[in-house]
Amino acid sequence: MDKVSLVFVSHSADIVKGIKSLLFEMQPEVNIAVAGGEDDGGIGTNAQAIEEAISSVYSDKGTVVLFDLGSALLNTELAIELGEEGRKIRIADAPILEGGYSAVVEAGFGSDIDKVVEAAEKAREMQKIPQR
Amino acid sequence: MKITVKEIEAWLEAFREEITAHKEELSDLDQAIGDGDHGINMARGVKEMHNLLETKSFQVPGEILKAVSMVFIGKIGGAAGPLYGSAFMKMAAEAGTKEALSAEEFLGVLRAGKSAIVQRGKAETGEKTMVDVWLPLLKKFEGKQEIDWDDWENSAEELKNNTKEMHAKKGRAAYLGARSVGHIDPGATSSYYLFKALADTLREGS
Ligand SMILES: Nc1ncnc2c1ncn2[C@@H]1O[C@H](COP(=O)(O)OP(=O)(O)OP(=O)(O)O)[C@@H](O)[C@H]1O
Ligand SMILES: [Mg+2]
Repeated sequence: MDKVSLVFVSHSADIVKGIKSLLFEMQPEVNIAVAGGEDDGGIGTNAQAIEEAISSVYSDKGTVVLFDLGSALLNTELAIELGEEGRKIRIADAPILEGGYSAVVEAGFGSDIDKVVEAAEKAREMQKIPQR
Repeated sequence: MKITVKEIEAWLEAFREEITAHKEELSDLDQAIGDGDHGINMARGVKEMHNLLETKSFQVPGEILKAVSMVFIGKIGGAAGPLYGSAFMKMAAEAGTKEALSAEEFLGVLRAGKSAIVQRGKAETGEKTMVDVWLPLLKKFEGKQEIDWDDWENSAEELKNNTKEMHAKKGRAAYLGARSVGHIDPGATSSYYLFKALADTLREGS
């Protein structure tokens, strides 16, 4: 069965490369693409690179994008506008690593795009150190 | 005054010269309140724009603005890439297929660019961004049939200098909070050069 795919957008190519390998180990059946760094390899984000990443894993079930800081959001919104119209793409308002982890687990179960976004966004409130 | 492909090309070349000459200034301003790459980002964009203008010929202003928007989106990157890229894309749409634009029409084109920046970045005036140059400058000259280019340039300069006392609320500088006060915004400065280049081009032409 088709699964929701994920795209990770960061200012650093190393960050998203690391996230992808971490999540692949967790759930190899979810397609993940990344866009990290500037056109010339420097730190930054780039709308065209993000558009290419989205198109490389897009499926009818939809794609969820997670991003790191500031301009990553501007460039992701622009990338979605640059691509084909009417595609099911959502940007999750979530921490990129924890949100991505929750998203890959949810997507792995074959959940729909709303569920995957919800899982990612719930990671915002997750307490990391258990209270005693 | 008529603005055709020739004036647009001259303006954009003048903009490239300003950016190239002030690359370090822009990066130094960004070093103080951001990550220090604004000069590098902008220089990368205008260099590629120069190659485009050298190799392709255009029939109408809208066509150049469209092609330049794609270069800015692909090459400037960072926050400035999507902001300038979106501005030029909307400017192209507003210019349409007209061969020559009157001053009033061209101001309308620039206002479309301003709206695109506001829509993309969601910044208001007073938040220490390039919006603090674009918005009040275009408001001041709205509806004018003749433009006093000295007044235009001085106004743009004053507006970018005014960002010095502002407290950043958008972009990377927002992480500094009150500590961003006392530094001029780099994006407001590159926008000032865009508008200065326009004044220099059209003042000569008139
Ligand atoms: N939301 C926004 N709205 C309008 N202008 C903005 C916004 N965010 C940033 N800017 C402008 O962009 C300039 C910084 O551009 P620059 O190319 O250095 O991007 P950056 O902040 O380094 O991006 P990144 O987040 O990729 O590091 C700022 O000085 C400001 O004028
Ligand atoms: Mg910067």
